[in-house]
Amino acid sequence: FCEFLFPQVSTMFAQCTQKGASLVLLMVLLCCILPPPAQASKSSEDIRCKCICPPYRNISGHIYNKNVSQKDCNCLHVVEPMPVPGNDVEAYCLLCECKYEERSTTTIKVIIIIYLSVVGALLLYMAFLVLVDPLIRKPDAYTQPLHNEEENEDARSLAAVPTPSGARANTVLERVEGAQQRWKRQVQEQRKTVFDRHKMLS
Amino acid sequence: MDQKGYRRGSFQSSTSDEDMLEIAGASLDFSMADDDPPLDREMGGFSSYNGGGMNGTSTMMDFLEEPLPGVGTYEDFNTIDWVREKSRDRDRHREITSRSKESTWALIHSVSDAFSGWLLMLLIGLLAGSLAGLIDISAHWMTDLKEGVCLAGFWFNHEHCCWKSNTTFTDRDKCPEWKSWSQLILGHGEGAFAYILNYFMYVLWALLFSLLAVLLVKGFAPYACGSGIPEIKTILSGFIIRGYLGKWTLVIKTITLVLAVSSGLSLGKEGPLVHVACCCGNILCHLFTKYRKNEAKRREVLSAAAAAGVSVAFGAPIGGVLFSLEEVSYYFPLKTLWRSFFAALVAAFTLRSINPFGNSRLVLFYVEFHMPWHLLELVPFILLGIFGGLWGAFFIRSNIAWCRRRKTTRLGKYPVLEVLVVTAITALLAFPNEYTRMSTSELISELFNDCGILDSSKLCEYVNDFNSTKGDDLPDRAAGPGVYTAMWQLALALIMKVFITIFTFGMKVPSGLFIPSMAVGAIAGRLLGVAVEQLAFYHHDWAIFSGWCSPGADCITPGLYAMVGAAACLGGVTRMTVSLVVIMFELTGGLEYIVPLMAAAMTSKWVADAIGREGIYDAHIRLNGYPFLEAKEEFSHKTLAMDVMRPRRNDPPLTVITQDSMTVEDVETIINDTTYSGYPVVVSRESQRLVGFVLRRDLIISIENARKKQDGIVSTSIIYFTEHSPPLPPSSPSMLKLRSILDLSPFTVTDQTPMEIVVDIFRKLGLRQCLVTHNGKLLGIITKKDVLKHIAQLANQDPDSILFN
Repeated sequence: FCEFLFPQVSTMFAQCTQKGASLVLLMVLLCCILPPPAQASKSSEDIRCKCICPPYRNISGHIYNKNVSQKDCNCLHVVEPMPVPGNDVEAYCLLCECKYEERSTTTIKVIIIIYLSVVGALLLYMAFLVLVDPLIRKPDAYTQPLHNEEENEDARSLAAVPTPSGARANTVLERVEGAQQRWKRQVQEQRKTVFDRHKMLS
Repeated sequence: MDQKGYRRGSFQSSTSDEDMLEIAGASLDFSMADDDPPLDREMGGFSSYNGGGMNGTSTMMDFLEEPLPGVGTYEDFNTIDWVREKSRDRDRHREITSRSKESTWALIHSVSDAFSGWLLMLLIGLLAGSLAGLIDISAHWMTDLKEGVCLAGFWFNHEHCCWKSNTTFTDRDKCPEWKSWSQLILGHGEGAFAYILNYFMYVLWALLFSLLAVLLVKGFAPYACGSGIPEIKTILSGFIIRGYLGKWTLVIKTITLVLAVSSGLSLGKEGPLVHVACCCGNILCHLFTKYRKNEAKRREVLSAAAAAGVSVAFGAPIGGVLFSLEEVSYYFPLKTLWRSFFAALVAAFTLRSINPFGNSRLVLFYVEFHMPWHLLELVPFILLGIFGGLWGAFFIRSNIAWCRRRKTTRLGKYPVLEVLVVTAITALLAFPNEYTRMSTSELISELFNDCGILDSSKLCEYVNDFNSTKGDDLPDRAAGPGVYTAMWQLALALIMKVFITIFTFGMKVPSGLFIPSMAVGAIAGRLLGVAVEQLAFYHHDWAIFSGWCSPGADCITPGLYAMVGAAACLGGVTRMTVSLVVIMFELTGGLEYIVPLMAAAMTSKWVADAIGREGIYDAHIRLNGYPFLEAKEEFSHKTLAMDVMRPRRNDPPLTVITQDSMTVEDVETIINDTTYSGYPVVVSRESQRLVGFVLRRDLIISIENARKKQDGIVSTSIIYFTEHSPPLPPSSPSMLKLRSILDLSPFTVTDQTPMEIVVDIFRKLGLRQCLVTHNGKLLGIITKKDVLKHIAQLANQDPDSILFN
């Protein structure tokens, strides 16, 4: 767990933190969430008319559900079998309240599955960073200079961050690695600010 | 010489005139070592800049040259310069407008630039609404996961699982598809062992969720913890916190908010939703150059995004805009009012179409009754307001004390353990009482509900007299045994919530305050409402009741008391005024209850203000030492600018840069030796006449860039800020012109300016620093941090608690 708090340089399993890719991801997420309700799937599973009838004389209270359309959602269509004789139906129905309700099971399913997969992916990535990453990185330990504090923050933060080996990041892989390295450093900085120095967010 | 013209107000500080004499005594020397020496074209080292233009076009050339990347940006944890950002935006706009007459492409560009704001608002509304829908649906499902699982499809929560099947009138929760954990494991749901198993599973799930939440926050985005509103207030006032509104913070905050809410902790999701919406706003700003490059414009967008966040949290677009105006934003230009409203509406509409609650309502506790109330009921409403104010002040004091303890002692070293312990305590105490076992939103919804004949919950178990029922309008009735049980259970729930929220708010998981405060208020309100109702029923012959509450009439609505109590407690904690009332009346859908709500909100604010001046967010800002200049407080002391400025009497003199006599090496030495974020530029050390102000970051970037890219720049090159290079022998190395990074119009005040005016200037213009002159010569500098320290000192607070720059 200690290695997790001081992560080293990464490998190719990095989630792409580059601007364009994450924006695309956001747009895909939007497109996944919005069309299901926009379609307004009217499968028979998803609509109902719910009538609640209170206790009346010696009849106990009851709840009736039925798939009917909105224009048919009233006491006469939904309450079957009618527990009161014909001349009492009107008085009984005055007490009942009928509501038309709609839902979208597809939306619910899609959203829960998206949520669980994102949580699963994050957990896997965290497990990877904690367990697998330090083992891979062992031979290349301490490529970063040890911490100077705020004195060199200006120079370091302003100059373009050099890759440790000095080589130019040409290939996609190296660029991704560089981005992940930057991200890890950022998270480490944030963690220090919030958890260690308690400078923010207490 | 002209000293009498500069005296203003008091003559208290006459002793310090001796110091100033030596400056005033320097020769007022209008010689050639001055602003614009005659044109000297020999030193044409930078002919590319001045090429061709000797009359007016040099300014245009300076403007049109592309600034170096990094110049004009800010470092982390620094304050922005509002004046500079706004003027840069105006320049950009002017340039686009002037170019738009040249070609069709430029015209299209200018039109699209004007529309980009609206498009951005639309996108922010869509994204914020979708994320809110995701959060609502997932939170609902995961909250129910602690109690059981749906066999018809694990993704259904309890209500949706039983949607299709016929439930009975009295037991509306039971249906064959939903199995509690004991039913799943043991096969039956009754008995002591099943109860213990359910208890155990509940606590286990709660611990699992909160553990996941805190690990994700700690591992991926430490900025995602807490409510977010104090930090957003600071950011909107001009502070930079890099990464606070970033992509990872957005993802982690969304995910962990669901986990934190589902774990049964006493927190809400409204504050974090504002943070989520602002993250969306910040991320989408990167798509548009106009907003990406300009920090002031970006903050306008963030104000609108905050409005969208509150709008989806409460289903109240107008309330959201007013909340953003009143609580969160610092400068709220009227132009953004319309755009914020648009963003809030789009967000609310998107959420409605996702339909998380299955009845086209945006919020779970929408109130649908419209029973009238009587003027005499204002007395209990004002009592509720007093309760709300007292509770608010108590909560703020204790929460701040606990958070301070977390910051300074060893308690803060174990965040994960702290979250687990608090969750364990909450879950252990919450399960036995059915009113704390259900999620807080459901509790509020049930408390707001007016009991009719169709309700069969314990709270509505009145003694009914069936023969006299006329339709749905039930009269006031005697409380049955169910109501008495519910009352003491609710009282226990109230005590528990009052105390546990103090320890929960501010933990290292996303936590909001609105729902727990509303819950406390709603419980108190309902208790009082039922008490008044029973009083009116049993003593209907008393003078106060006989006039308007005859037996058989429905006069007291306990649900209304719950609502008023919720508003009172929320107002007591956050000190919201207009936005609170508007949110509450948008929740109720009508204007009937505006007078009780306003009475309670005003009373609670007055009572709470009498005990402590600050709301919870301002108190957290002060606890963390953010450089937030409070816009609502008056500064009423008689100090002068020279009492606050730096350097003080015994300090070394002000570090300045001369306009054309320092070398690169000198400037670099100054930068390395001092940590100031900017330096004034003067004509010469003797005259100390002000030329402008240059920022440290810009200096560093420009010098490094010049060393790398421009040939001939060495450590002995002269740096000049004037329009034309100073005359030098031709053998000296080529000079570096840095006029483009110089701010030629820094704000100055004289040393005799009262601090009231200085504080006002800082507030209204959003300054970062202000130079102090005496008789026209530069004397010192006042930064925003100095102003904040001075205010803190005068208010007898610790001036060293202002941490940031």
